Amino acid sequence: MSDVYILGTDMIKFGRFPDKNVADLGAEAALLALDDAGVSIQDIEALWCGNLMEAGAMVGQRILQQIGQTGIPVVNCANACATGATAFRDAWLSIKAGVYDLVLAVGVEQMGKGLLGGPGGRSGIPKEGLLGSGTMPAVFAEAGMEHARKYGTTFAQFAKVSVKNHHHSTMNPKAMYQLETPLEMVMNAEMISYPNTKLMCSVNVDGAAAAVLASEKKAKELGLKRAVRVRASVLTSDPFTERDLVMPDVNTCTRNAAKKAYEMAGVGPEDVNLVELHDCFATAEILHYENLGLCKDGEAGRMIDEGEVALGGRVPVNCSGGLLSKGHPLGATGIANIYEVSTHLRGEAGKRQVEGARIGLTHVIGLGSACAIHVLEKVS
Amino acid sequence: MEQPQPPFRILPRVNERNRHFWTGGERGELCFLRCRSCGTYIHPPTPICPSDHAKDLAPEAVSGRATIASFTINHQPWMPGPELPYVVAIVEIEEDPTVRLTTNIVGCKPSEVYVGMPVEVVFERHGDAEGDVWIPLFRPRGNGK
Ligand SMILES: [Zn+2]
Repeated sequence: MSDVYILGTDMIKFGRFPDKNVADLGAEAALLALDDAGVSIQDIEALWCGNLMEAGAMVGQRILQQIGQTGIPVVNCANACATGATAFRDAWLSIKAGVYDLVLAVGVEQMGKGLLGGPGGRSGIPKEGLLGSGTMPAVFAEAGMEHARKYGTTFAQFAKVSVKNHHHSTMNPKAMYQLETPLEMVMNAEMISYPNTKLMCSVNVDGAAAAVLASEKKAKELGLKRAVRVRASVLTSDPFTERDLVMPDVNTCTRNAAKKAYEMAGVGPEDVNLVELHDCFATAEILHYENLGLCKDGEAGRMIDEGEVALGGRVPVNCSGGLLSKGHPLGATGIANIYEVSTHLRGEAGKRQVEGARIGLTHVIGLGSACAIHVLEKVS
Repeated sequence: MEQPQPPFRILPRVNERNRHFWTGGERGELCFLRCRSCGTYIHPPTPICPSDHAKDLAPEAVSGRATIASFTINHQPWMPGPELPYVVAIVEIEEDPTVRLTTNIVGCKPSEVYVGMPVEVVFERHGDAEGDVWIPLFRPRGNGK
């Protein structure tokens, strides 16, 4: 089977756009990615559109109403926080299968402010605080505290993740925020769910990102100069584990996906030059250093202390600012991560460029659960 | 002469892309986006021309004359709006009958409306905290025949 290439990718600056709708935002990102690839909508053979909040509202078709109704097949997909990455992966699959040579994947979301995954409606035994918690801050705080119990990880170490990612985003003009947040500021921010303060929670923003994917044949025809090769694309769901059956397991499906992704790519975590991972909360980022094999179990606290995951370190993580500062428009996040890593592999990331980056990894996890990992490689 | 109070409507949100359409009525003009390269009138507004995918688009006023292509008479209060019953019509603009606009027909009894009826634009001005909009409605033109 031949490789699949990213020929063009881009994102809109994340923010809040109350005077636009979800199709407007998706169309903007799609046009940017088409321009970046140097192709037009007439060249595209199929569209995958990732969006969660309007999953029943034919967002992909509404995007084509704006950028060109060429009659191509459109698939709308929803997969929690892995929505965008799933759209990208299914686009990838279509080329792998030999059905198409040039396709478009768009991820887009328009978010409200506030809390994700509230306690929900009334049914059976009330769950919140009695059987577990359905709120995202509590789920990821609890998972962080489990790490703290096992390895002695401290509140300050979790908070340093947020300091790092906010610092990275000062170099990313497409991030929602470009603000330094010193350690005391992060630790003294309003407590949401210990140990995550408000500055350690991802930002709900509107956003969109898109990518043009091509078969090897098509990529060679259109030019490989700025192309990025997809070395692995993996999607997993939860396996059965004998543990808490109520609280979601935020680790196992990432570990399973990472193992498969390294196998498929034929590389190990030591070969990866940069990572965009799912820092929906600062605690989550710490867990994923180990889940993705960037360090041994129990070493994540040391990694953040010693700056190994900061820009300039051994394996910079979330150079974009991550979900914590770039923002987390659910359906867009997976493709925005792919845009970020591709930009570094192309050597076009400006002030936040990871020097000499050849291989990068993107990771998202949606609770429920769905984990998607992509390993990308510089071509020339 | 005292203007009658316009009926309650849920107002459209005006943005950079659709401003010409919702505010052209201030100058009495019905405006559509038009492709500079192939001349296609575009409604609703899109970032690129749906016909030849060109990006050089600009708003342009039309005469405001149109013909009713289809209509129905709504008798149910689905949402707050004009007094019942009211006419929901699709009209084709004189400059290009492929440009169709969904609108209400005012200035006559619902029972007088027919397919092929010549109509002309009339604007209903509304305002709220977000600013004023001029909603294009249509009324019988000439003697309505
Ligand atoms: Zn045109």
